[in-house]
Amino acid sequence: MDILGLLIPVSLGMGLAGLVAFWWMLRKGQFDDPDGDAHRILRDDYDDKPKE
Amino acid sequence: MTATFEHVRPSACPACNAAPAAEHLAELPRDATLMLSLPGIHCAGCISGVEKALAAVPGVREARVNLTLRRAAVQAGPEVTAEALAEVLERAGYEAHELDPGVLATTEADRQGRDLLMRLAVAFFAMMNVMLLSVAVWSGAEGVTRDMMHWISAAIAIPAVIFAARPFYVSAWGALRAWRINMDVPITTAMLLALGTSLYETALSGHHAYFDAAVMLCFFLLGGRYLDHRTRSAARSAARELAALEVPRATLLTEAGERVVVAAELAPGDVVMVRPGGRIPVDGVVRGGQSELDRSLMTGESLPAFAGPGTEVSAGEVNLTGPLTVEVRAAGRDTALHRIADLVAVAEAGRANYSVRADTAAKMYGPGIHVLAAAAAVGWWMHTQDMRLAFNIAAAVLIITCPCALALAVPAVTTAASGRLFRRGLLIKNGTALERLAEVDTVVFDKTGTLTTGTPEPVALEAQPEAEMRVALALAEASSHPLAVALARGLRARGLRPARVEEIAEVPGFGIEGRWRDQPVRLGRAAWVGAEAPDVTATFLRIGTGAPRALTFTDTLREGAAETVAALVAAGKRVILISGDSQGAVDRFAARIGIAEVVAEALPEDKVARVAALAADGAKVLMVGDGLNDTAALAAAHVSISPASALDAARTASDMVLMGRSLAPISEACVTATVAAKRIRENFGIAAAYNILAVPLAVAGLCSPLIAALAMSTSSITVSLNALRLK
Repeated sequence: MDILGLLIPVSLGMGLAGLVAFWWMLRKGQFDDPDGDAHRILRDDYDDKPKE
Repeated sequence: MTATFEHVRPSACPACNAAPAAEHLAELPRDATLMLSLPGIHCAGCISGVEKALAAVPGVREARVNLTLRRAAVQAGPEVTAEALAEVLERAGYEAHELDPGVLATTEADRQGRDLLMRLAVAFFAMMNVMLLSVAVWSGAEGVTRDMMHWISAAIAIPAVIFAARPFYVSAWGALRAWRINMDVPITTAMLLALGTSLYETALSGHHAYFDAAVMLCFFLLGGRYLDHRTRSAARSAARELAALEVPRATLLTEAGERVVVAAELAPGDVVMVRPGGRIPVDGVVRGGQSELDRSLMTGESLPAFAGPGTEVSAGEVNLTGPLTVEVRAAGRDTALHRIADLVAVAEAGRANYSVRADTAAKMYGPGIHVLAAAAAVGWWMHTQDMRLAFNIAAAVLIITCPCALALAVPAVTTAASGRLFRRGLLIKNGTALERLAEVDTVVFDKTGTLTTGTPEPVALEAQPEAEMRVALALAEASSHPLAVALARGLRARGLRPARVEEIAEVPGFGIEGRWRDQPVRLGRAAWVGAEAPDVTATFLRIGTGAPRALTFTDTLREGAAETVAALVAAGKRVILISGDSQGAVDRFAARIGIAEVVAEALPEDKVARVAALAADGAKVLMVGDGLNDTAALAAAHVSISPASALDAARTASDMVLMGRSLAPISEACVTATVAAKRIRENFGIAAAYNILAVPLAVAGLCSPLIAALAMSTSSITVSLNALRLK
């Protein structure tokens, strides 16, 4: 059962990482245009420079 | 930007450096963000097409399409106007409307939505972890291991609930302070009691802890709350988007010359210029110029009316042929248009009392739960004299009865339904509109601008002699009057080429004249060419001194109009056409589209009276209209729809707005609304069934945390899945 002492913190840490990632995405506006982003990847014209 | 600073000489005082630079900055043209509404876009090709078309316009720095909101944000220099961009897109084949970016700024509601989403995420994280830890307890962990699992669960659940459940306890506290009980009071009590007894049990190393149930409760309820918020903010932003669609501007004539101003800033006595094709921004009197006015939005008449000095005009009419100078009598909020919009607001307030089934259910539910939980606790205490057990039972009853599924039942369905209708091009402005639409059994249509596009179409051109028609074509091409444009298009489509007509001149308000083979030729109004005015839309051609030849027009059907009427009739609804147009025109039109019941030459009051009479007979009326003459009827009807091309007063009065040109979403919306109402009833049934099954268990003290978790999650998930079937 000692392994629990390791596994529980690890699983909690992974969960927290997900939560922080979600918070970051929310802050960066990744959910502002979900439909558009889903379609944009299928466009055939290539952006040759990154958006600043 | 750096280039502008280079020539500034260095000086000891930074302010001296900054001042000229700032001056220079003020002179620099500043970029403006323009917003366009794009109701028709739906795919990756559309995104590229729109962005490319916009980027090709000189002055545009960046264009970005938001497919979710069907909008484009354009960064452009001051020389670019949203109107011009909309035109560019129309030419490229995308329907586009100008939006007022000021009205659409990020608001409180967006922030609230983001806040709610974050709480939802925290609740989800806590729920998943506590659930994982609970699995060990459910599968039989004993002694120290169980206590450890409980303590870790407590360490996650308590802070998570304190953060995530904030909307509930804030609202519950507000209600309690006002001596009321709302839905959030039992929710908060359930969560507090669950956490409290669980913590106590854990401290005494007891068997049952409800940490998982508390966070799960929090998660599902927040889910319902978030969906509800999204539907309502979509309705709110729809209303904002509609307000932004109308950007009334006027060309003010001053001694210094012309200046474009916002129509609301005009004062009585100002003189404004209205160019052909422009909408009249104010109420006033014509001072100079001659033209014809399209009054169809105001009166429903499809025939243009003459306007000359002294003619009274009102905001919303469209100037057709010649430039007019108009002296302002009333502008902005004082125009007849706005006064009617205010009347509509009053009429709408009555309809806001329509109570939604869910609310009535919730009002009875709240006190009921408390009584049940208290009764169970008292009963068990009297029976066993065990306070700890009694509290455990009360917590279990509150958790089980907590309206998770009930909180999801309505928002999940309305979200699914309004999302579906939005993709079809129908904006829902009012939260209860779907529920009301489901009850509709009578549909009342307006004619001009609603079933028709308002643009005329020439009839029987093949029967006219070719030589004369070539003259007509030459004359018609010189004008931008809608009849002339339609005639020119019709004749070109027949393959004709214009005859050589010289000295072509447009006489605003009357028609076009010229010389052909040394004879004067005229194309225009009946009285001007010397003909009898018929009861149909017509223009007349006279060559030399010959008899005038009538060219008649019919209304163009709006896209999807015939199909919509047919579908509604097939669905067993009573369809009525009410128009302000002349009897002949309305009868012919009704026969063409297949509507049996017709009311013609109806004044705005007649329309309201008719709708009110239908309602008094017990009919649930859906009114579809676009003009000022329809607004009162739109507000009086049980539920109403107007097209995006409608006046803003009409759009304000209606519950739903068609974003595209087609009417087809209307019949679809009726079907979706009926299905949605059915799903809501089913959801209530499901939620009630779970409660009826689980409550006796909880009261009998047989409800372990595992059963509570199962009942709560399965009922919430079934309800959500049932709602998703709508897609």
